[in-house]
Amino acid sequence: MRIFIFHLLTPILGLSLLLGGAKNLIAAGEVEVLHWWTSGGEATALRVIKDNLQKKGVSWVDMPIAGGAGVNAMTVLRARVSSGKPPTAVQLLGFDITSWAEEDVLADLNDLAKQENWNKVIPQPLQDFAIYKGKWVSVPINVHSTNWVWANKAIFDKLNLAVPTNWNEFKLAVEKIKKAGIIPIAHGGQPWQDATIFDSLVMVAGGADFYKKAFLDLDAKALGSKTMEKAFSYLRFIRANLDPNFSGRDWNLASSMVIEGKAAMQIMGDWAKGEFVKADQVAGKDFICFRFPGTQGNVTFNADQFAMFKLGKSQKVNQDKLALVIADKDTQARFNQIKGSVPARIDISDAGFDACGKKGIKDLRESAANGTMMGSMAHGYAAPPAVKNAVFDVVTKFFNDEKVTPAKAAKMLAVAVAIAQ
Amino acid sequence: MKKRIQNILPLLVLSPTMVIILVFVYAFIVWTAILSFTNSTILPRYSFVGWTQYIKLWSIPNWYTAIKNLFIFTPLYISISVVIGLSLAIFLDQKIRIEGVIRPIYLYPMALSFIVSGTAWKWFLNPGTGLENAMHNFGWESFTFDWIINSDKAIYTVVIAAVWQSSGFVMAIFLSGLRGVNDEVVKSAKIDGAGFFNVYRYVIIPQLKPAFASAVIILLHLAIKSYDLVIALTNAGPGNSTEMPATFMYSYTFARSQMAIGSASAVVMLLTIASIFVPYIYSEVKNSA
Repeated sequence: MRIFIFHLLTPILGLSLLLGGAKNLIAAGEVEVLHWWTSGGEATALRVIKDNLQKKGVSWVDMPIAGGAGVNAMTVLRARVSSGKPPTAVQLLGFDITSWAEEDVLADLNDLAKQENWNKVIPQPLQDFAIYKGKWVSVPINVHSTNWVWANKAIFDKLNLAVPTNWNEFKLAVEKIKKAGIIPIAHGGQPWQDATIFDSLVMVAGGADFYKKAFLDLDAKALGSKTMEKAFSYLRFIRANLDPNFSGRDWNLASSMVIEGKAAMQIMGDWAKGEFVKADQVAGKDFICFRFPGTQGNVTFNADQFAMFKLGKSQKVNQDKLALVIADKDTQARFNQIKGSVPARIDISDAGFDACGKKGIKDLRESAANGTMMGSMAHGYAAPPAVKNAVFDVVTKFFNDEKVTPAKAAKMLAVAVAIAQ
Repeated sequence: MKKRIQNILPLLVLSPTMVIILVFVYAFIVWTAILSFTNSTILPRYSFVGWTQYIKLWSIPNWYTAIKNLFIFTPLYISISVVIGLSLAIFLDQKIRIEGVIRPIYLYPMALSFIVSGTAWKWFLNPGTGLENAMHNFGWESFTFDWIINSDKAIYTVVIAAVWQSSGFVMAIFLSGLRGVNDEVVKSAKIDGAGFFNVYRYVIIPQLKPAFASAVIILLHLAIKSYDLVIALTNAGPGNSTEMPATFMYSYTFARSQMAIGSASAVVMLLTIASIFVPYIYSEVKNSA
């Protein structure tokens, strides 16, 4: 009978070992990093950090959690933090960093920041997230921006199209492409992709000031305004120029449509460049990149950061080394050449980047200096997750339901954002 | 001494399961209920805010979509599954020769996980890859079946996939019910001149009451919990049009960092299920006593 009870208890013991044992696997001289960079290009980029870290005698214990654009990773992180065993560092975005900082579980990196002069070399809009109540809690590795268009150069050449620079030119270009029997815009119907396009449209409709007022200050009047209606009516135009089969398509499949010449353009953040490069396409030769027409000079960004979690003293040494490697010039340059983004530091030379990378670096410096570098709503840098998802709800509802008028959508947006706050 | 062990043994054997159920089911229910009265966001937090989260919950359009979809999905899913399941069972009950081959064929969809059938149906219903495309290739150019990308119709595709998955299982329930029907009664009804339909209508089906009850109860809780099928088939889209209470709960608790609202929706779901099951269990217990 005793054996019988033991049999009942073993699974429970096993379970508790499984839950509690993960931390014990980390030896001295190791750091454990939770992230969701699992695609080919992303993994190659990560190796830059791993190798540079190894040179300092610290090994990287990988903890990749794929899927759900980080949602699955966040669920694991909740469990780890709740059980008092957080990883060394976690890939986090925007307001998620603030949320974790509010729970008082992030480390203090101020000594490193001072020593390395981070306050000078990292743009202010990124610092707003990396610093919580005067303490550096995370290290930005890159800056992606969302207001890009990726276009098939052969199609543009064949139809004799110039790069459009405002909404009307864009509209004309789209109609010309459509007439030629090519899908004008490749798109995947997922809420975050709909919202990524909407970031640009809000800027086109009302400029940087309006974007700031509506999406950064969450001003109810701006959200329900005529200008917002205009942004929604632009979105309806985009919706009318997709192939009928866009629902639920992943963004990288939409990129392949442009690569294969089935579609002319994709409106997507610069991670899309990775897909083009992987297909052996060259920036400026096979594909072209330009800011969404009417948004040149503005950058809606989305920056990956590694938030450092509070750990014991013995672990802190390695954590600091990791933070230094992530902020290192060489790491950031080589990492971003592979990843398709631009460095989070603005003091890195653009040599070694392709045409689109060089443009990205130039645009970022310009917008940082002019105060037009703004957090992307679609990627959690403009508002907390609850608000972001409320915006997603309205945008994707409007996108998929012809019965919702732009005027109604603007009203819905104001209400949804108010509830979510 | 021996008798004493015999008395304690069942308790000893049952107690670990008992403890596990108490902790992992009931304690967590209580915890969820507590969280729904707090202002928890990304992690549980214990400052209490009264009914605020419930008031918020009932002001979110998505929640109404979820409730509406539940009321569209549940009756359709249950009634169609029962009709198809019962018909299949009656056909199989005609003492046909290859029943042993046919029965598992109908039953197998239930062996698949909802994720697998959801993905398969997603491809099949997608106008670009599935049925519509196939029909176009056969030359039937005007054929359209694009419910899955139409936000008014998408919820019905969830019904189709769910019915496909469950009908065979419902058939099995009815088949065992049919096998339990007393042959003598059926024979005497036939001698009295009752035809095929009348035998089923007035003699056999009324005797299947317990089978109906178990089929409905099982389908009902599957309907209220339905999560994985929706995630695989439409991922609650397009435009959140196939949101269900369970997908709502997960997305608010884990993706949107509004754990308290997610908990509140979970409590509402639990109360909904309880309001149906508690009277049912109560009447069952009363009948058997």
